[in-house]
Amino acid sequence: MCAKRIHLPDPRAAVTNDLIIRQIEREARVLDLGCGDAALLSRLHSEHACQVLGVERDTEAFALAMERGVPILQADLNKGLAILPDHSFDYAVLSQTLQQIGRPLELLHDIFRIARRALVVVPNFAHWRIRLQVTLEGRAPVTDNLPYEWYDSPNVHFLSMVDFRDLARRGNFQIVKEIPIIGTRAVNQALFANLRAHSALYVLERSAGTV
Amino acid sequence: MTTDFASATAESPFAEVAPGCVRRQYATLFDSIATLTLQSGAKIGPVTVAYETYGTLSPRRDNVIYICHALTGDAHVAGRNAPQDRKPGWWDGFVGSGKAIDTDKYFVICANVLGGCQGTTGPSSLDPQTGAPYGPDFPFITIRDIVSVHNALLDHLRIDKVLAVVGGSLGGMQVLEWAISRPERMGAAVLLASGPRLSAQGIAFNAVGRRAIYADPLFNEGRYYSSETKPRFGLALARMIAHITYLSEQSIELKFGRRLQNGDQFAYDLRAETEFQIESYLHYQGKSFVDRFDANSYLTLTRVMDYFDLTEQYGSLVDAFSRTQCRFLVVSYTSDWLFPTSQSEEIVRALIQARRHVSFCELSSPYGHDAFLIEAELPKLQQLVVPFLDRAYLDLRTGQA
Repeated sequence: MCAKRIHLPDPRAAVTNDLIIRQIEREARVLDLGCGDAALLSRLHSEHACQVLGVERDTEAFALAMERGVPILQADLNKGLAILPDHSFDYAVLSQTLQQIGRPLELLHDIFRIARRALVVVPNFAHWRIRLQVTLEGRAPVTDNLPYEWYDSPNVHFLSMVDFRDLARRGNFQIVKEIPIIGTRAVNQALFANLRAHSALYVLERSAGTV
Repeated sequence: MTTDFASATAESPFAEVAPGCVRRQYATLFDSIATLTLQSGAKIGPVTVAYETYGTLSPRRDNVIYICHALTGDAHVAGRNAPQDRKPGWWDGFVGSGKAIDTDKYFVICANVLGGCQGTTGPSSLDPQTGAPYGPDFPFITIRDIVSVHNALLDHLRIDKVLAVVGGSLGGMQVLEWAISRPERMGAAVLLASGPRLSAQGIAFNAVGRRAIYADPLFNEGRYYSSETKPRFGLALARMIAHITYLSEQSIELKFGRRLQNGDQFAYDLRAETEFQIESYLHYQGKSFVDRFDANSYLTLTRVMDYFDLTEQYGSLVDAFSRTQCRFLVVSYTSDWLFPTSQSEEIVRALIQARRHVSFCELSSPYGHDAFLIEAELPKLQQLVVPFLDRAYLDLRTGQA
């Protein structure tokens, strides 16, 4: 028997993309790591005159990105970003991907070699419904956002907002903004965010003095 | 007619062509008034170019895809020149009606390169000053000279700008050089299994191939056109060596393994030269190659390849690519060890640094360097090239290129 799915809004939906776009100024250079079909980059390019580049492992997504006219590299984020030159982007977007990376801190370090700021959206596994599922059913959580059984899930790490803040203290970067996403809304401040948000957007910046 | 190779240029450009077949055409460029000054400073002219076209030029003349062939390719990309031809062109699986480079949509041009031996002026052509084949006196040429001739052909055809230039291996080097030295003339570049330079290992293999030709007693320092016998042995050996570099350990294993050519017993006889199937295959490759290729052209074009080095020429790859204006699609193959993925990645990294529009994909294939020519590998390549060209064409027409 499979664990029951919990319904939470799709974090890659327009609301997250809108939220990400609001953090980026016009004409910025933007890298989207795990860009999927490049819908976000396509908007950044056409509506905000950004210079964009996508990175994606999936070849079908690759073709979709090219149809949209978005330049894209096929690469596996778990194998590093050596193909990307130092200081070549203003922003790196990492949306709902960090939890799938074998060594997240190494990837974040590499990101700050390449980009000045990172916009990282992570799922919050401390959401109250997930906590309930774990507590009451005694099962690993399966949600609509993350609809995978534990044995075939691309998610290899389960983190909460509190965990992410902890990670940030160990990196070459600092948290500039934390924006919890509750339901379909992004809020700047929320009580009990770690309980109520299904995801959060972090605006991260390379720490002064680090290269 | 002096030689087999020079004879090609003597065909009438207005020869009848059977329905459904493609006609090889000729253009005479750089006539005696406007001679071509080569990168070396030497001059040559006139230059005959053999080329083929497929599809129909749009009224706005904006649907041109120019294909640059590799070391031993020719202008004959697709279809047949005559109904009885045994094989179609070298990229027939990729270029044609309804295929990846769709000739219902695009007007495709491919020309034999300068220095070649399949219709375009090269060492086997007659030197107008002496009336005899150039042979070893053919001037030293470079990729840039080859690209200059491609561009002169476009002038001749009254085409200002092409939608895309596509090429693999040595053809890819032409694509890069074109994008850098004639940036205003192309909208998109498709680069397959290529690199910003040939590796030292690649030069090493070329050196052995050239030595095989030089060492052939019939080579006669390149002056063999008037004799009955050509340096076939040396050229065949050069081809056998080079052919190994186009395959991979895995593809040789898959195709031949250690299977024997005759029965299942060793002959225990050193005079039995073809024991294994791979030997037979290489002998066949060498033998069939000498029927269609000229030894002096082989020397010329391998040197063209050895000399190509964008870093050496422009200071750095980033400086080189800062001159480009087009968008790029770069494709490499996992089992290609002649132009490994690291070479494509070097190009991509420099293009990103130069803030250019580049997409890159490493395709997984067991077929080595030749993968872009292998029928079974074409669907994967098609998945990338079709949307790339579609979008480039759309953006060109809507003025967003």
